[in-house]
Amino acid sequence: MSIIEPNVRTFLGKYVSDPQVDGDLDLFSSGLVNSLYAMQLVLFIEKEYGIQVANEDLDYENFKSVNAIVNFIDEKQ
Amino acid sequence: MINFDLTTEQKSAQLQFKTWVDENVAPFADQFDEQQETPNSMIELLVKVGYLGALVPKKYGGAEMDHITWGLLCEEVGRTSASLLSLLTVHSMMIQTIAKWGTDEQKNLWLPKLATGKVIGAFGLTEPNVGSDARHIESEAIKQEDGSYILNAQKRWISFGSTASLFVIFAQVDNQPAAFLVERSMNGFVSEPIKGMLGFRSANIANLSIKDVHIPASNVLGRPGFGFSHIASTALDQGRYCIAWGCVGLAQASLDASMSYAGSRQQFGKPIVEHQLIQEMLTEMIVQTKAARMLCLNAAYLKIKGEPSLIMETSTAKYFASRVAVAASNSAVQIHGANGCSADYPVQRFFRDARIMEIIEGSTQMQQIIIARAGHQQHLVDQRDRESAKNQKQ
Repeated sequence: MSIIEPNVRTFLGKYVSDPQVDGDLDLFSSGLVNSLYAMQLVLFIEKEYGIQVANEDLDYENFKSVNAIVNFIDEKQ
Repeated sequence: MINFDLTTEQKSAQLQFKTWVDENVAPFADQFDEQQETPNSMIELLVKVGYLGALVPKKYGGAEMDHITWGLLCEEVGRTSASLLSLLTVHSMMIQTIAKWGTDEQKNLWLPKLATGKVIGAFGLTEPNVGSDARHIESEAIKQEDGSYILNAQKRWISFGSTASLFVIFAQVDNQPAAFLVERSMNGFVSEPIKGMLGFRSANIANLSIKDVHIPASNVLGRPGFGFSHIASTALDQGRYCIAWGCVGLAQASLDASMSYAGSRQQFGKPIVEHQLIQEMLTEMIVQTKAARMLCLNAAYLKIKGEPSLIMETSTAKYFASRVAVAASNSAVQIHGANGCSADYPVQRFFRDARIMEIIEGSTQMQQIIIARAGHQQHLVDQRDRESAKNQKQ
């Protein structure tokens, strides 16, 4: 398991009751998170990993699930 | 730990802001309100002193002001003119969205112009049929084969809409929200000033009509689908932060005017400041204004740290500060009596402007929905963590 994943789940745990969701579950279409979460996720990634999320990163596939977020962070690092 | 002490530089900047607005804005704010227009000469003064470029990064010619200093500037401008504060608000919303989500080409083209005031920015989300329910905007853009778009949009209540030369306009692209940089010079763009508003009368508010406007691909901000979740959210967070601080200024102005009036107005043989029911109103104004300022400083602190919680805490600050501005200005009118209802005193303007503060950048009721939801979610998370800790102990 990536060392990034527990951090992502800890972050997710601030906004959902059970962050141990399936890694491929679509967090947005499942209704698990609200609209504010999108920017909160951007801020989390930027603060925690020193990554700048920019224009070219605006791809739903980068943020839709725990696994997608982990892969995105991994690739940007 | 949160440190609410201002640095030497921040205190110095605060003094500079106070002096500048007292000399350049306060003497004309009522006049502009009456004329229902902020003249270009006033905007040129803002440009000259460098406040319009306050948030632009230094590499693009701006001042790259820190969040607290920027908040202090918004408070001081808000103390003298809510309408002028709205210029700083919408201009900075444009700056933040381009600085965060713009392409390198967009940043290089627009940020230096926004820093120097060669371009004034504004924000176009609200429509005749769509206010709080912003996800259901009716404006529409259709993608062309060459990657450009044809945009049709009607936007309403746009602060500085009759002055700005660059707008971030939101529209649906195949039912996905998108953001476009629309230039006043584009064929098919028309703005129409709105007069007779209750407050923000000199905020140069306008309706925007955008008919079959050709938008080059280079003017798409972010990507379709992210117009609301990322572009508008970034702008609105910035807007709420400005408005929250401006409301602290508006409440402070109401308090200052009330203290001055209550100290000199004699009734029943003594200054009314010595009457206990007046003191109750003054006490509420003092304490509530201080509390609002601390919520703004808390939001500033989180912004400096880049904490994800800054979004909710900025909403909280805006919600509270706008209500405080209404309550304080309402009390100010009451303390002034009939004088407070006349054009001889600015408190009636404060009251009219404060009402707008509770509506713009997310109404009080919309803030209540998101604050209560977030609070409930936090409650569930806390409950889960407590049970988890209890189970581990067993």
